[in-house]
Amino acid sequence: MPEYSGWLIADREKSGSVLLTISTTTRPATDLGFLLHKHPDRVQEFGQSFGMARVFYPEATAGRCTAALMLEVDPIRLVRSRGKASPDFSLSQYVNDRPYAASSMLAVALADVFRTARAGHCKARPELAAGPIELEVTVPALPCRGGPELAHQLFEPLGWQVEARALPLDDGFLEWGDSRYVRLVLRGPVRLADALNHLYVMLPVLDDAKHYWIASDEVDKLIRAGQGWLASHPERGRITRRYLGRRRSLTNTAFARLAELGDDVEEDLEPPVEEEATETAEVAETGEAVEARETLEATDATDGAEEPRAQEPRTPLNLLRREAVVAVLAEVGARTVVDLGCGSGQLVGELLKNPEIGKVTGVDVSARALAMAARRLKLDRMPEARRARLHLFQGALTYTDERFAGYDAAVLMEVVEHVDPPRLAALGRVVFGTARPRVVVVTTPNSEYNVRYEFLTGMRHPDHRFEWTRAEFAAWAEGVCQEYGYHATYRPVGDEDPEVGPPTQMGVFSRG
Amino acid sequence: MAEISVPAMSLVVLVGVSGSGKSTFARKHFKPTQVISSDFCRGLVSDDENDQESTPDAFDVLHYIVGTRLRRGLLTVVDATNVQWEARGKLVELARSHDVLVDAIVLDVPEEVAVARNALRPDRDFGAHVITRQRKDLRRSLSKISRDGFRRVHVLRGGDIDEATIGYEKAWTDRRELTGPFDIIGDVHGCRAELETLLTGLGWELRHDDTGRPVGAEHPEGRTAIFVGDLVDRGPDSPGVLRLVMGMVAEGTALCVSGNHEQKLVRALNGRKVQITHGLERSLEQLAGEPEEFREAARAFMDGLISHYQLDGGKLVVAHAGLKEAYHGRASGRVRSFALYGDTTGETDEYGLPVRYPWAKDYRGLAMVVYGHTPIPEAEWVNNTICVDTGCVFGGKLTALRYPAREVVSVPAERVWYEPTRPLAPVVVRDPGLLDIGDVQGTRYVEIRDGGKVKIREENAAAALEIMSRFAVDPRWLVYLPPTMAPPETSRLDGYLEHPAEAFEEFVRAGVTEVVCEEKHMGSRAVAVLARTPEAAAARFGIADGTCGIVHTRTGRPFFDDPALMGELVARLRGAVTDAGLWEDLGTDWLVLDAELLPWSAKAGGLIREQYAAVGAAARAALPEAVAVLEAAAGRGLDVGDLVDRTRRRFANAARFRDAYARYCWPVSGIAGVRLAPFQILAMEGRAAAGEEPHSWHLSTLARLTSDIITPTRHIFVSLASEESRAAATEWWTALTEAGGEGMVVKPAHPVAGRVQPGVKVRGREYLRIIYGPDYTESLDALRGRFLGRKRSLALREHALGLESLARLAGGEPLWRVHEAVFAVLALESEPVDPRL
Repeated sequence: MPEYSGWLIADREKSGSVLLTISTTTRPATDLGFLLHKHPDRVQEFGQSFGMARVFYPEATAGRCTAALMLEVDPIRLVRSRGKASPDFSLSQYVNDRPYAASSMLAVALADVFRTARAGHCKARPELAAGPIELEVTVPALPCRGGPELAHQLFEPLGWQVEARALPLDDGFLEWGDSRYVRLVLRGPVRLADALNHLYVMLPVLDDAKHYWIASDEVDKLIRAGQGWLASHPERGRITRRYLGRRRSLTNTAFARLAELGDDVEEDLEPPVEEEATETAEVAETGEAVEARETLEATDATDGAEEPRAQEPRTPLNLLRREAVVAVLAEVGARTVVDLGCGSGQLVGELLKNPEIGKVTGVDVSARALAMAARRLKLDRMPEARRARLHLFQGALTYTDERFAGYDAAVLMEVVEHVDPPRLAALGRVVFGTARPRVVVVTTPNSEYNVRYEFLTGMRHPDHRFEWTRAEFAAWAEGVCQEYGYHATYRPVGDEDPEVGPPTQMGVFSRG
Repeated sequence: MAEISVPAMSLVVLVGVSGSGKSTFARKHFKPTQVISSDFCRGLVSDDENDQESTPDAFDVLHYIVGTRLRRGLLTVVDATNVQWEARGKLVELARSHDVLVDAIVLDVPEEVAVARNALRPDRDFGAHVITRQRKDLRRSLSKISRDGFRRVHVLRGGDIDEATIGYEKAWTDRRELTGPFDIIGDVHGCRAELETLLTGLGWELRHDDTGRPVGAEHPEGRTAIFVGDLVDRGPDSPGVLRLVMGMVAEGTALCVSGNHEQKLVRALNGRKVQITHGLERSLEQLAGEPEEFREAARAFMDGLISHYQLDGGKLVVAHAGLKEAYHGRASGRVRSFALYGDTTGETDEYGLPVRYPWAKDYRGLAMVVYGHTPIPEAEWVNNTICVDTGCVFGGKLTALRYPAREVVSVPAERVWYEPTRPLAPVVVRDPGLLDIGDVQGTRYVEIRDGGKVKIREENAAAALEIMSRFAVDPRWLVYLPPTMAPPETSRLDGYLEHPAEAFEEFVRAGVTEVVCEEKHMGSRAVAVLARTPEAAAARFGIADGTCGIVHTRTGRPFFDDPALMGELVARLRGAVTDAGLWEDLGTDWLVLDAELLPWSAKAGGLIREQYAAVGAAARAALPEAVAVLEAAAGRGLDVGDLVDRTRRRFANAARFRDAYARYCWPVSGIAGVRLAPFQILAMEGRAAAGEEPHSWHLSTLARLTSDIITPTRHIFVSLASEESRAAATEWWTALTEAGGEGMVVKPAHPVAGRVQPGVKVRGREYLRIIYGPDYTESLDALRGRFLGRKRSLALREHALGLESLARLAGGEPLWRVHEAVFAVLALESEPVDPRL
């Protein structure tokens, strides 16, 4: 049983009803009771850490027998303590679909209640347990991120005939479209133990959310449950990734709370990661805001999860950008560098490798990003000499900060486009007016290049407040130069398109 | 008996050999915390007060403690032998670096006395030769100690040591006992006629001598004039100005600080070689025509002017060229230089005039600083500082600041008396609303009006910094964030979690007699900042891009990201204010309104679809099938207990839940369909109305807005003493909530002081399904254990901060002061509190 965290459940006052029914028409149908080890004429209760599971049979005839697994979950008593340790801190904790929708809780209950059946053991009817029988599984409300198609893709290769109907969000607001739930019916001749294991794995995979922290023993659980079918499943990559969850290394509850819309917004701010992107693993680990562009390119480069294309993969743009910035800094002979908007510290790490740079400072507005940077850079294990060259602190580019002053160079790599246009004047004043490094390196997307991204609609990242054409970037740069006495030159980053220019544009500002 | 007089805020260095009785002397005359001894510091770093090896580290600690105390303006006494000039020199240097005066008190006792005393102390086992050496050092020191840089060296010998008493001299700059009211007058530069006109206009009565020359003045209301210096040079009648001001100062109706022109004129009169430029020639010429006695009196007067004054309990500082906070009340050459010449960078501009560092831009002090020196076209506030030199002698005007009213009064120059070297220009280029990280970061204590302080924890400030910089509107628009609001104590009434009865009870207990119940609109909390014209926006908020306002959420985000939509919304709201004639009637050209923006779906559409509608959809799909299988099982004779009934009830609850959220959703396109329901006027010109006016005023004033973008806030006043009145309000609430309303907010009808909730929200039974889940009515007993304390405490603190930001705004305080309080509200909002409350 997985460890529960955050939600404490009382064992009274359940609410809601999560339902799953399993029927068979293989005669005598009532033998289903032997296979499931649950007597058809009894109502059996199984306490779960998150509620009460019951098994009973709404029908039990020789022609057709149906077992119902019903789970009562009580969200009101999913009470959080007053402490701050709870991982989640938003209203979604209290008003949520868990009491109604077939989620990982149902999967856990299913695994527990039908443990023996899932192992394929049945002393009374061993031959029946060993082979396929006519089964029909119904889940009235199954959260399915990826829509009915995904249910087809995941269950059909396993021999199921799939009926998945999307449920509308609200009949009174048809313009809102479909919800993420489907009513799922699976039919087919399948061995009962396999069917239970399919459900055990697929319910959380379709939901793409788990109610408990994913511990290392989850890998073992997956391998056990997937024995005999997962290895040959065409979607095994996706199933594995989703089952194990995209690990979010750090949760910032204060941030989530302030983000008004709770977790949703925070998710919005995460990169729109394609599941097959090669960078996914890294993204999952660091939570770094990798732009859609890289993702698109990476996707393009690998084209499908398992089979990398024969041709040489392109260097991701974020890498090219980092290289370009490092090259400029070397060219101008910067000995002290401040990375304004350092994120998880990739550039900072790169700069630390160059012993000629005596002082490397990473600044970010996000305390979470800084914590990630500290971890990525292994701050606690860094040799003293290197550690002495590195500084990390929280700061914002719209507040003057004497700590920004005194550097040879400042880097704003993919930062300005995250600042609201009315605040750019403040940013200019803070960076060029008061910090006043000898050189400022600014990179930002070239919006003209967006037409080259086939699937891109809108901007490259949901948090971008604008994306500039080359002319717009130059206009801003010239204004800054005039006001603060800098001189700007421009360079392309990434393959320069003859028509629309490079994907990233870089401005190098020098004082005087 | 010798009285030793030391400056009230200074460093006192005791000097004497070991055993000379320094510690005894210090104990007798000073507070234990004022005395820092080297023995004590040795103990701190080595656990042994006599460990001579630890002396260098001990003195590091000593210097650190002494430096910190001096920075904080505390009298500090150093108890160490200090017989060597190196040791004293470091202390003198330390005092100078904090711009405080330093006195030495030497205890000169015969060697045998010291040796005998040490012999009595078992812990001092060093030999008599140590004393001999110290004694030799002291002898050598005494001959030249006066050159060490002490303000005064007091040497005590024999019986004087026991009989001495300590007296404290107040600093010359310390006039904190004077509370005004003041008229602070800018650089006069010999413009006597304009000065007379200004004083008369301010209500002063001038006194004249036999020849009709003004020689004194008095204000019938007992006001005091303060001149910021530069009375002389350039203008037509410097002697006349001096005569008047000298008379006023002598009579005690005026104070005057020195300007750089007085300084230079004195030097010239003293026969020193100075460059006769910048109008000095005129003063010398004019003074040459005065009798010798007057010339001498004027010279003495100007020579005696001091660099700056601290007034009104430290809340006001007047200096000729301004003064940064670290220098207030301090005395040193550089303080005087700053006060006279400003913070010069050492460079000169294209006109050959010194370039000054704009210290006011970074000023964060609580004291108001009033100064002159640099002529500018209009007196302008910069971070609680104001320059009142409006270039009268150059044909500008002569300006006075009335304190504490902060009113600026000017009279125009009669003509250009002297051609300026460079055109008048504002000292400080207007910042793009720039704030410093030091204004918000770290653990902070924000002072509020009633004298209390609200603590902001570092991690909360860190969370708020990210939100503020990434999502919030321009801080110049962000003058207020609404506080959170607590529900009343939980109701025991069957079927209810919240009910008006508890709200009424709460206010009765707090001594409130009348409350107002306001309909709680189910939308999104909104703050609307509106300026009548782009000019008003520029003047009041410093926003000069032509926008006239903003509507933002409770966390400071713009309601619409599209500037065009925002512009349209603001324009319609301003139109409503204009149509109602409120600008004129309220005498303001800007307003800040507290409101609810409807519909809920306009801002929360994503949340409603992703969460509420999704829960509803799942429930409506799962529950009917659950009921069906349970009924079938029951039909087979299985004992499913009350599960069938329970599940049926849940199905009904799910339908009610769906109706609860659907009621607050309607489609909007652009701003068509958007409504604003204002319920309070937070602030306007000169007034933080939220903390001053009763709700009847707010509601009746806002009721005059009749535009179709405005939704009125229905309300009912309740006299708490009257059972009928309470019953009527309860009935009103019941009807409101049964018809789908969110509920109501109960507020004291008049502003109250103290720890009384400014309002409590009583939410309706159906609405609460959105908060507590569709089936919350099934488990009311469990929910009744909810904990309200933290929410209620938070509501009080945020409310106080909200009023504080408004008071700072209306009081014309600098942006960083307003922002500090606004930011604090956001920081508190990141504290973990049950979000269902």
